[in-house]
Amino acid sequence: MTRTPLLQVEHLTMRFGGLIAVNDISFTAYDREITAIIGPNGAGKTTVFNCLTGFYNAPVGRLRLTGARGEFLLERMDGFRIAQKAGLARTFQNIRLFPRMTVLENLIIAQHNTLMRASGYTALGLFGFKAYRDAEREALDLARSWLDRLGLTAQADWEAGNLPYGSQRRLEIARAMCTRPVLLCLDEPAAGLNPRESAELRELLTEIRDQHRIGVLLIEHDMSVVMGISDHIIVLDYGRLIADGTPAAVRSDPAVIRAYLGEEETDQIPPEIARDLRQEGRV
Amino acid sequence: MDLRALFKDAGLAAFVAFMLALPMVGFQTVDVSGGVGLTVVTRFGDVAISVALVFVGRLALSLLHHPSWRLPILLVSAALALGLLVVKTPYPVITWLTVLASAVIAVRAAWLVFDLSGVIDRDEGNRLGDAAAFIGRWFGPVFVLFAVIFPFLPTTSRYLLDLGILVLTYVMLGWGLNVVVGLAGLLDLGYVAFYAVGAYSYAIIARDFGLSFWACLPLAGLFAAFFGVILGFPVLRLRGDYLAIVTLGFGEIIRIVLLNWGSFSGGPNGISGVPRPSFLGMPFHPNPPEGTTSFHQFFNIDFSAEHRIVFLYYLILILALITNSFTLRIRKLPIGRAWEALREDEIACRALGINPTNTKLTAFAIGAMFAGFAGAFFATRQGFISPESFSFIESAVILAIVVLGGMGSQIGVVLAAVLLIGIPEFFRELAQFRMLAFGAAMVGIMIWRPRGLLAHREPSVRLPDAAGARR
Repeated sequence: MTRTPLLQVEHLTMRFGGLIAVNDISFTAYDREITAIIGPNGAGKTTVFNCLTGFYNAPVGRLRLTGARGEFLLERMDGFRIAQKAGLARTFQNIRLFPRMTVLENLIIAQHNTLMRASGYTALGLFGFKAYRDAEREALDLARSWLDRLGLTAQADWEAGNLPYGSQRRLEIARAMCTRPVLLCLDEPAAGLNPRESAELRELLTEIRDQHRIGVLLIEHDMSVVMGISDHIIVLDYGRLIADGTPAAVRSDPAVIRAYLGEEETDQIPPEIARDLRQEGRV
Repeated sequence: MDLRALFKDAGLAAFVAFMLALPMVGFQTVDVSGGVGLTVVTRFGDVAISVALVFVGRLALSLLHHPSWRLPILLVSAALALGLLVVKTPYPVITWLTVLASAVIAVRAAWLVFDLSGVIDRDEGNRLGDAAAFIGRWFGPVFVLFAVIFPFLPTTSRYLLDLGILVLTYVMLGWGLNVVVGLAGLLDLGYVAFYAVGAYSYAIIARDFGLSFWACLPLAGLFAAFFGVILGFPVLRLRGDYLAIVTLGFGEIIRIVLLNWGSFSGGPNGISGVPRPSFLGMPFHPNPPEGTTSFHQFFNIDFSAEHRIVFLYYLILILALITNSFTLRIRKLPIGRAWEALREDEIACRALGINPTNTKLTAFAIGAMFAGFAGAFFATRQGFISPESFSFIESAVILAIVVLGGMGSQIGVVLAAVLLIGIPEFFRELAQFRMLAFGAAMVGIMIWRPRGLLAHREPSVRLPDAAGARR
């Protein structure tokens, strides 16, 4: 299978005052692949995400998204247009659902732009034209298919804020998917999930990659998720890119081990950890 | 039971009451007969009564903590409240205060005696929320029907009809502001500015260009919406407190411009002789001008000044109902849902590709448009407008109607408007203490119903055949 580049990041740099949060990073995320960005806390992962999705304006760097909707230079676009036109959807580290609206409404709002066009920017919808009613039915069908997939159909009329934590995480992913994106960016989707929910998440993400056939970019600390489903891993440390490759390659990269375990000699690693590493053949 | 502590507590409350009452109640300045000066009259008797009332009331409230005292206190306070309501005393203010205080204590005691805490769930409010949905669904049409036949009820006097028009004007303004505050979550303290824009648009266009009310009405709405967009642009990035302050300033700017731009708006003298509306071109006039048929001539009935009042009543009723049905409808459209989503989380909205600029501006524009319609109505009803009618207190009252009614609740706005506009009219005999009762009612509502009288949100969309999806 040939790999099609979906997102090409070139020389991305982001400063906050004197702090260089992201320093000259270049990488490529491919279509129909799961690309993971990992790194210790404060490595600049979320900053990369915020630059991609237009929440920050990076002073240096080119962000080229070449998806089914055409080619877009994200660094030149307003925040909301990146989702609207280029087709890049994201979730947040701290869940950002619309808590006092229902589960179903959350999924319908994600289809806002499609429905706005169908409602003739409100004018036609106000008088209940058929075109709008058809579009609304389609939107409901898409929402229902996601509710069925997540097993939340019975809770469709609940306020989203009342759902259990794990369901909120999955609903946020489904909401992002309802925008029909070409690239789905997930910021720590497994944070706070128990092992069973984390396994369900892995299944959901591979399904999004294989059946919806889009690219997924995720930040994650849960190594079972990262190593289990990623096709491609990018490692950041102190704002720099220190490794880029397949899970197996990254796992055995000495720079990565140093970043996670410290600069000391390997024999100064606590004995039990060193033994584990040796058993896994990493050192 | 520690009687000493109870008395000490009540004594302290009485002392505070004394310190407050002595300067405020104890001394009154009155005109010397002939109006040549002022003299001080002391009212120490009233001070003593107030202090005694506070002492007894505080003691009663403390004793409510002891179950054995609850029933006697309930009986005594209820008897006192009812008794003083019936008996005429020469001191109306003191009597009213006593009635109010003993009624509060009686309610509190009844609450504890009959253990009513389960009836009103302070945080959830689910049961009342369901009640609100029920009231909205079944009583909404009944309310509308009542409003339609109201002018023809035998008990309806000219005064009540005027009051009805006033209440309906505020209901319409409340429904309009509900779009901005309740749905889009943009705290607007300068809503009255758009009301003013609508009123002046109508007055000036009708005066200078001679257009009829019906031609001016959409124009007034359009101008107000235009001003809504003008206000909207600079405040796009602001939220919460900052937005409230800027909108407050905007409201004042409009009022002050109207006050000072004499050649345009007539300054503090306002505009008088604003044309009255006509019924399909037929004026309400005993002697219509040449070439026109008056309303009473056409229907071949005797002229009565009340015809115009009834017509105005129906006019504002229709305008209000249009506002309501428009809001209910647009809530179910993508733009309405986007407003609510924007209220919930603006960052998430942007991540979903919703244009926050356009969404906010449409909310401001549509809210302002309805204020403009209401303003045009106000101008034609009064026949005279001046900047005085559009002071900040009007904005505050409209906002209070929306907040007390329950943000986003249509029927709540009606109840709150009746409560806030109608009830003070009935308490006119309290004179200057009227606003005190008003304040007390608002504090009470905020304590017992922090999310508004009828805070209930009906989902804007449901699954079409969701048999199992309802909770």
